[in-house]
Amino acid sequence: MTGRKIGVVVCECGGNISDYVDTEKVRAAIAQEGDVVSSHVQMFACSDAAQQDAIREIREKKLDGIVVCSCSPKLHTATFRAMAERAGLNPYEYTQVNIREQDSWAHTHDREGATEKAIELARAGVAKTALSEPLVRRRVETLPQAVVVGAGIAGLRAAVALSDLGVSVHLVEKATAPGGQVARWGSLFPNDKVGRGLVDELLNEVRRRENIQLYLSTELVEKSGRLGAFDVTLRTATGAVIPLKVGAIVVATGFDPYAPSTGEFGYGLDGVVTLPEFKELLAAHPARLTYRGRDVRTVAYVYCVGSRETAPGSPRTYCSRYCCSATSHIATVVNGLDPSVHQFHLFRDIRTYGKYEALYEKALRGGSVYLRYSEESPPTVTEENGGLVVKVRDQLLAGEEVEIRPDLVVLVTGMVPRANDPLVHALKLPVGQDGFFREVHVKLRPVETVLDGVFIVGASQGPKNVAESVASSLAGVAKTGALLLKGYVDLDPLVARVEPNLCAWCDECTKACPYGAIDRVRQGETEVAEVNGVLCKGEGACVPACPKEAISLLGYSNAQISSMIDALVKEAT
Amino acid sequence: MTAPATSVGRGPRVLVFSTNAISDMGIDLAGSSHLDYPSGVEVIPVPCSSGINPRWILHAIRAGFDGVFIAADGPECSYLSDCVARTGHVVDQAQELLRQNGLDPSRVKTSAICSVCSEPFVSHMRQFTKALAGLASVPGTPSAVAAGAA
Ligand SMILES: Cc1cc2nc3c(=O)[nH]c(=O)nc-3n(C[C@H](O)[C@H](O)[C@H](O)COP(=O)(O)OP(=O)(O)OC[C@H]3O[C@@H](n4cnc5c(N)ncnc54)[C@H](O)[C@@H]3O)c2cc1C
Ligand code: SF4
Repeated sequence: MTGRKIGVVVCECGGNISDYVDTEKVRAAIAQEGDVVSSHVQMFACSDAAQQDAIREIREKKLDGIVVCSCSPKLHTATFRAMAERAGLNPYEYTQVNIREQDSWAHTHDREGATEKAIELARAGVAKTALSEPLVRRRVETLPQAVVVGAGIAGLRAAVALSDLGVSVHLVEKATAPGGQVARWGSLFPNDKVGRGLVDELLNEVRRRENIQLYLSTELVEKSGRLGAFDVTLRTATGAVIPLKVGAIVVATGFDPYAPSTGEFGYGLDGVVTLPEFKELLAAHPARLTYRGRDVRTVAYVYCVGSRETAPGSPRTYCSRYCCSATSHIATVVNGLDPSVHQFHLFRDIRTYGKYEALYEKALRGGSVYLRYSEESPPTVTEENGGLVVKVRDQLLAGEEVEIRPDLVVLVTGMVPRANDPLVHALKLPVGQDGFFREVHVKLRPVETVLDGVFIVGASQGPKNVAESVASSLAGVAKTGALLLKGYVDLDPLVARVEPNLCAWCDECTKACPYGAIDRVRQGETEVAEVNGVLCKGEGACVPACPKEAISLLGYSNAQISSMIDALVKEAT
Repeated sequence: MTAPATSVGRGPRVLVFSTNAISDMGIDLAGSSHLDYPSGVEVIPVPCSSGINPRWILHAIRAGFDGVFIAADGPECSYLSDCVARTGHVVDQAQELLRQNGLDPSRVKTSAICSVCSEPFVSHMRQFTKALAGLASVPGTPSAVAAGAA
């Protein structure tokens, strides 16, 4: 017992925890712990009502520590820290214990084991909290400047919106011209706007603004420093090096269209093209549908090429989202050009979600024929006597084989992550299983990465159409603005600390610290190490280096970890 | 009634040190995907595997854990480009400490667990708990006392 007054909340998560863990048993066991003076089970600990209960309890019982046993700390640490603060408790005297992702959901067949484990984890949380101390967040300056990497529709829109907020922008584009993929596509769904026109409108805005600097044929090659004041280095195609100091980094590097291999649905045969190639063809010949000088009377579209793959190990299991709408839209464009052209759509599912359903209806009304194929028997595309033959088993005709002899086969290719290794390396960007950049959480922390001050927007994060890319880019702008415009940010105070009485100044921590965050200071007669809280990143590389155990991380001290270990193995009573 | 800390059904006790930003997410994902692993596996998250004190590992084994697994960030670590080498050094030091104390160094293991490495994590846990089950209990720990009493 340490004499602390700790409250514990055990969350049922509406059954997500209590279906697999006996939450009342956990509460009763933890109530026996010496320092625990309050314990409750809540159906949803994060709900307003439950938070109010906890706040009342903290005030009435004058709690000096609180432990919430619930979901992953990734989800609700901020929620409960704010709750502690509202109750007048220091937010760093709150501990979240993960009994959902790392207990109830992982041991669904072992209720007894999961309950025992929850008790042990809760005890470790109490042990850690008993040794916690009030901490104050470190305040550092943030520069009202950002670098936006990629000048596609997402990057251009982000640059203009940041400039509107008063953040100066360095907009860095690898290609010789800005605009990204959208500039290639001609007429776009849903409003028939022309891609080039959209890009030009934004480019005019960019050029009008003094606080946006556009760099073409340029890449970001290095990053160091901290959130609010990063040092980044740009390199131009001629090798010129440009150093910049920026507060945040917005990555808008987009996607690549999937490139089918030769022979995949007949790709490589005369008359078999991808959707991007077809879009470019239409943009180049807006008056008449011809291919290599030949009139096109019949078109067959094969959907889901390079998307929703089910082969074991395929990284492209996702739906590319834009393509059903883009293809239905292009069918209406072709129809407008020449209503006598026959159009066959060989699809798996039509995913013209939301208002894009209207495009599908319009294509149907224009005479487009939709044939549903199953994933097990995909269509075949072959060449016979100089012409193309497409065979498909139509699921809506009980699997009957339908044969089409089109002039043109359009492979509706999906989106794939763009190869961008040097940038990933320079920024240490997190990459997901699908190869796109990974945000911290799709709902709770979209556009944010685990790297503070580095945001990912547009199709670099995953397949998106223009409206979705722009929405995500504006979300990134809102996050960047919120971070930079205050002029400062309060950093986590969980950094390293030296216990001067134990320190013998052997220099080992200085050698271990990659950030130069340890100074040598005089203390009375001796010299000891001292941590610079702004430079320290709180990763703790110095901790194992110190032979005297004089240096440790706040929140992860030797005493805290040891007492957590003891609590975990303590015999169940 | 006092029951031994190791319930038979939960398998050997494994302490996992995960990292807040990356490997803990991979472990979370294993749970979110309902990939079951033995409930004797318990996690203490820390900021970075390079900051693990080898003495914590010795302490854990002496206190009653059968093994310690460091779920490292590997080359993905956002703090340190040489995190792999540093974490390797922590493991070497911990193994040396175990050896000096007459304990089997194979009780410590490490592997990089990325933020989506749910399946690799579970397979590491299955293999590690299996290997640990084959080792004799550490003298003086609760599981050894329980085994002696049985
Ligand atoms: C065939 C096809 C048709 C489509 N039709 C429509 C439609 O009709 N309507 C619709 O809403 N959506 C449509 N889309 C989707 C649309 O193309 C995307 O939503 C949009 O392009 C995403 O914009 P972005 O800026 O995120 O990425 P991109 O357009 O890919 O732009 C990324 C930019 O970043 C640059 N870049 C990449 N790496 C680096 C680096 N390391 N350093 C610097 N710069 C870099 C690139 O050069 C590029 O300029 C279509 C997509 C395809 C494939
Ligand atoms: S949007 Fe349509 S064509 Fe594209 S992958 Fe999804 S289902 Fe297939």
